[in-house]
Amino acid sequence: MFELIKQPWHWAVSGILIGLTVPTLLILGNKKFGISSSFRHVCAACIPSRIPFFQYNWRKEIWNLFFVTGILVGGFIAANFLSNPAQFVIAESTKSALSELGIRDFSNILPKDIFNSANIFTFKGLFFFIVGGFLVGFGTRYAGGCTSGHSITGLSNLQFSSLVATICFMIGGFISANIILPFILHILN
Amino acid sequence: MKETESSKAIRHQGTICTNESEKKEIGLAGNLKYLVAGIVFGIILVKAEIISWFRIQEMFRLQSFFMYGVIGTAVVTGIISIWTIKRYNIKTWYGERIVFDKKPYNKGQIYGGLIFGIGWAITGACPGPLFAQIGSGYVVAVITLLSAIAGTWVYGYLSHKLPQ
Repeated sequence: MFELIKQPWHWAVSGILIGLTVPTLLILGNKKFGISSSFRHVCAACIPSRIPFFQYNWRKEIWNLFFVTGILVGGFIAANFLSNPAQFVIAESTKSALSELGIRDFSNILPKDIFNSANIFTFKGLFFFIVGGFLVGFGTRYAGGCTSGHSITGLSNLQFSSLVATICFMIGGFISANIILPFILHILN
Repeated sequence: MKETESSKAIRHQGTICTNESEKKEIGLAGNLKYLVAGIVFGIILVKAEIISWFRIQEMFRLQSFFMYGVIGTAVVTGIISIWTIKRYNIKTWYGERIVFDKKPYNKGQIYGGLIFGIGWAITGACPGPLFAQIGSGYVVAVITLLSAIAGTWVYGYLSHKLPQ
């Protein structure tokens, strides 16, 4: 069993397990699987302000903060005890395109060339951590959900608004990965 | 704390995911099951490799089917699950009726969606994987997370001025 979990997982296995999170949370207590809301609850709970958007009873949503804390712990467990013995495989075409953009290290799940604490106070850090993170937090709330809330929960419930949001996530990602990122990496290298 | 109608309306605003549980889920003990569900989900995210920046680049460069396979299978599983819950009127653990929210369409889904998409390809993480990246030992993702919380705060500050 343990050895089985350690193997690289087929995408269909991962997809089914992620999809099953939706009914699991519903059955556990009528909770809708959505993660970006946690950012808002942190704002409502920790940042004192008179902004109406954060004036609600965040304690009613506290389950969500337990859930994301669990994700963090789960990430720790998986990375330290359940990781694949073999090296992680990515598409050759992606590898060669990214090498041309100055990415050298393909041995981890995130490129060490970028996601490295030495980059925190550099322009690279500003772009990849600060700007990138800001767009994720701002955009998900403006859209009313992220990949989990819209693309998984919303689409599973056949919501038109979630389809619109998901299509826009993809368009934004295509523009970003194919135009903005190559441009920025080109300047930085 | 008793929730007023207006604060309830605010809580429901700008999100597809709001939650009501009539039965009392008592404090820490009642919430620990969500911690456990989160741990399982975090393990799945790492093992599914979708917390990888490289997988996100592959997806948006249309150079691999992997992420489309994961998300597509997850959506199909979700559709079947919700259909089953509705069809057989499956109740929660506490015997409550399971309710589904309708999310009305607004322009925010377009503007916000595009903005999030751009950020997704840069950070290589949507909100869930961001927590899993931190747990996996990528300490720099803490900065991404803090910046995402700041982004949400700025959205809240500006929300009444933005086209909705």
